[in-house]
Amino acid sequence: MKAFTYERAADARAAVAAAAARANAKFIAGGTNLLDLMRLEIEQPAHLIDISRLPLQAIDDEPGGGLRLGAQARNSDTAADPRVRTRYPLLSQALLAGASAQLRNKASIGGNLLQRTRCAYFYDTTAPCNKRTPGGGCAAIGGLNRNHAILGASDACIATNPSDMAVALMALDAEVELLGATGASRRVALRDFYLLPETTPHIETVVHPGELITAVVLPRAPAGRQLYRKVRDRASYEFALVSVGVLLAVEKGTVEEVRVALGGVAHKPWRALEAEAVLRGRAPSVAAYQAAADAALARAVGRGHNDFKIELAKRTLVDALTKAGRP
Amino acid sequence: MIGDPVPRIDAPKKVTGTATYTAEVWDAGQPLYGWIVGAAIGHGRIARLDTARAEAAPGVQLVWTHRNAPKQHEPDAGQISYARARPVLTSAEIRHHGEAVALVVATTLEEARAAAALVDVAYEAADGHFDLAAREAHAVEPPMVQSGLFATRSKLGDVDAAMAAAPVTIDRRYTTPYELAQPMEPPACFAAWKGDQVTVHTSTQIIAAARARIAQTLGIPMEKVKVVARYVGGGFGSKLGVQAETILAVLAARALAKPVKIALSRQQMFQLVSQRPASRQRVRLAAGRDGLLTAFAHEATIQQAYGSDFVEQTAACGRPLYAAANRFTTHRVVSLHLPPGGDVRAPGEATGLLAIESAMDELAHALGLDPVELRVRNEPPRDPESNVPFSQRRLVECLQEGARRFGWQRRRATPATLRDAHGWIGYGMASAIRTHFQLATSVRVRLGPSGAAVVQSDMTDIGTGTYTILAQTVGEALGISHHDVRVELGDSDFPTSAGSGGSFGAANSCNAAFRACRALRARLAAAAVADPLSPMHGLDPAGATLADGRLAIGHASEPVADLVTRLFPSGVDAIGDVADGTAEPSYKAYALNTYGAHFAEVRVDAVTGEVRLQRMLGVFDGGRMLNRATARSQLLGGMLWGAGGALLEDAPVDPRYGSFAARDLAQYLVPAHADVPEIDAIILEGVDDKANDLGAKGVGELGICGAGAAIANAVFNAVGVRVRDFPITIEKLLPGLPR
Repeated sequence: MKAFTYERAADARAAVAAAAARANAKFIAGGTNLLDLMRLEIEQPAHLIDISRLPLQAIDDEPGGGLRLGAQARNSDTAADPRVRTRYPLLSQALLAGASAQLRNKASIGGNLLQRTRCAYFYDTTAPCNKRTPGGGCAAIGGLNRNHAILGASDACIATNPSDMAVALMALDAEVELLGATGASRRVALRDFYLLPETTPHIETVVHPGELITAVVLPRAPAGRQLYRKVRDRASYEFALVSVGVLLAVEKGTVEEVRVALGGVAHKPWRALEAEAVLRGRAPSVAAYQAAADAALARAVGRGHNDFKIELAKRTLVDALTKAGRP
Repeated sequence: MIGDPVPRIDAPKKVTGTATYTAEVWDAGQPLYGWIVGAAIGHGRIARLDTARAEAAPGVQLVWTHRNAPKQHEPDAGQISYARARPVLTSAEIRHHGEAVALVVATTLEEARAAAALVDVAYEAADGHFDLAAREAHAVEPPMVQSGLFATRSKLGDVDAAMAAAPVTIDRRYTTPYELAQPMEPPACFAAWKGDQVTVHTSTQIIAAARARIAQTLGIPMEKVKVVARYVGGGFGSKLGVQAETILAVLAARALAKPVKIALSRQQMFQLVSQRPASRQRVRLAAGRDGLLTAFAHEATIQQAYGSDFVEQTAACGRPLYAAANRFTTHRVVSLHLPPGGDVRAPGEATGLLAIESAMDELAHALGLDPVELRVRNEPPRDPESNVPFSQRRLVECLQEGARRFGWQRRRATPATLRDAHGWIGYGMASAIRTHFQLATSVRVRLGPSGAAVVQSDMTDIGTGTYTILAQTVGEALGISHHDVRVELGDSDFPTSAGSGGSFGAANSCNAAFRACRALRARLAAAAVADPLSPMHGLDPAGATLADGRLAIGHASEPVADLVTRLFPSGVDAIGDVADGTAEPSYKAYALNTYGAHFAEVRVDAVTGEVRLQRMLGVFDGGRMLNRATARSQLLGGMLWGAGGALLEDAPVDPRYGSFAARDLAQYLVPAHADVPEIDAIILEGVDDKANDLGAKGVGELGICGAGAAIANAVFNAVGVRVRDFPITIEKLLPGLPR
């Protein structure tokens, strides 16, 4: 671990001002991922700005039936919030499927969005990795890639985003509120927040250097049944091999509204708009769900050890839609 | 009292954080901190080294590489492996990925770690051998298995002829992956010199082996080395011998004349601690239609590191298990450029029984015979290979009692025929067997004038409950409460034991303590009958008993405290010994093992193929239990490890780099709480009078033996897919899942 300096920010504006004033500064909240990465010198901030005590913990109702999750709301508190549980059960389920109780008690909403991949080669500093050293190569391609991406990967990187929460937020059309160094705030749809690896896998989001996530805003959820299903080798405390977040509303024998997002399959939480297009307006049936799953995975590419994830993702998605679509 | 489920006497210290583990030791003042730099390649040489930046980094006291590390002594292959010298930083040659190439010692841990990243090493990589399957053609039979405790091969009759003649045969190959012990507490060492004497706090299972290794590596007399390990946070075989962290801490502390502390990180525990070798096994079984075996053959090929002679007893575990006239077992090793393999809980049995007991299930299926019944029918009257009688063997009782308690009769004989809303339900079972060893151990018991006892041995408590069972044993033998027994362990100043390992620690140390108590009783009785002031004066000391704090002969008695105060004013002690099993006639005349039967119910998700253990029951015969609670905990822990071996544990090697690719516990998976909904271990009470005075054996490893096979067999019963390449993961089930 490299030596670093530390300060605790008094408020959000002070935090972004502090970040702007220092080269190579980083915000730290729960630290559940950052500290591990710093010990391995994969992250090497010279200065840490502690934002965990900023007054950004609140979960507030939004006009129109939405919900605003403060960036410092803990994962555990968010999952337990009665409004989240009743209006966004998908989010609550996804949060509870992630990490362990201890980690959820520590992890923040903003930090969860920015956690980094768990690709073993990213953590193995003796192996090449384009995320760690752009241009260095990707050890996962041609390596042990059971946990790697089947969608949206590039020749530079096949890592996956590990978040469960972000899969739910993707299906729920969440927006991320960012505060810039100048004090100006902006909102980015989560759909535009994450980047595919392409040739620059070290750039993972559209967040500018020094920008602070202050909130995640959920629009009013459409009517319909929400369901998160995470597939993994052990029953808890493991990142998803494949996960599926769905919202399905069936009215008078027709799919009125549908949202499909996948986790563990791509460099970002994957919104399967193609699957939604197949189902919207159609009569719900296993055949329709199968067609939707085929559409969602139509461009999937296996890399050897992870080939099974294509079939696994389809099966899991068909099953989740079947359960969500039951009268 | 012996056998009672007494709560651990060290538990209050552990839950209040006052039990001091190695990395927390501070008794020689502020230490310096060391960090080990590991090789970034799997095989080759160090081509260039630059330590200037590291040496100039803040707080750095010392940077060592093979160029400037102190000269150390080479190992003597004649010795038991974990007591041999273990020189570190000796050459430019890289023998495995992560091998120590440099040591940095600094004022703080953070400075040491930061400076370690500045050690600049350039390598000249060579093509290494990293792939067991690819090198299988180069397998050779090793001269010894487990340091000579087992023969490499065994042969009786003609297996090939029996296979050709039998109406039903099984000939299957099974593979098991690299696995790691990963105890909660990482290996750690705190070393402080005073003159030419060094005190070494180190997390180890065997004090005497650590002491011998340190002394021999440095080339100093054993008496100059004091080793202490009062509390050890698990070892599971990985701490039978101390490793680079201890040798380097001792050397650096001497060079700097200051205490030095080195602990491994979790990631380093995937490289600097030996792993359970991967194996490729072939099992052949031949049987009549009645299920009686006519042939049993088990051939195991396992990984070995170049230069290592460790071979686990993978193909030995079936030798005493089932009757069959024609038998063949052998071990082969394949040398690879990987870290040396080593003992990991139930070495050999954990992987060997996975194969044998899967094959027995395949045979039962082929015969259309109940798997429990198949095993009962093949119960041997004597050890089928050594042809000596078994000391005590209640395997059939374990099988039948387990079947009854588990509700085995509800199992469907035809796979993939039982379903609920969530998935396919399957039942599986397997036998457990584990060789019992006895190794030389000494324990001192001392009685003070108050009548309270002190037990001393360099025996360790690695989280198993040794402190407690020794207090119980001595309490009962001396006729006092275990609360009046103070147990002092893990210090080389105390009498030498064989330490913790191989399931021998409990029986070794409690029998030695029991004998010490018997010797104490004899001394007290002899003194009492010779003392005119004693009410026992002139009586025959042979009939003396100790109970309720009194020494009694017939109706005459006297408080022990009075006797000690009067006749032994400074206290009285005695040392009890047990000999190595090879020196015990009963260990030649009888086959001594522990036994058990596992029963498992799994649910396989019909959509995803996820396997979830629903219920598991083990029934065990391990001789006399010294504490039913700690014994049960050992057995449950073993069973869970079996579940991990069947379904989760896997450290794959990236053959391009020769490294275990995933080096943390987020990716190296062991069962979490949610993986174990309902589990129980039943102990059949018994006394094995051929084993020792107490009739006790060990159960530290028995729980894992066969446990994974019960789960694998349950998976087959659930979905009809037989996976022989462990662990059983989703991708291996998905293609064959029933619709």
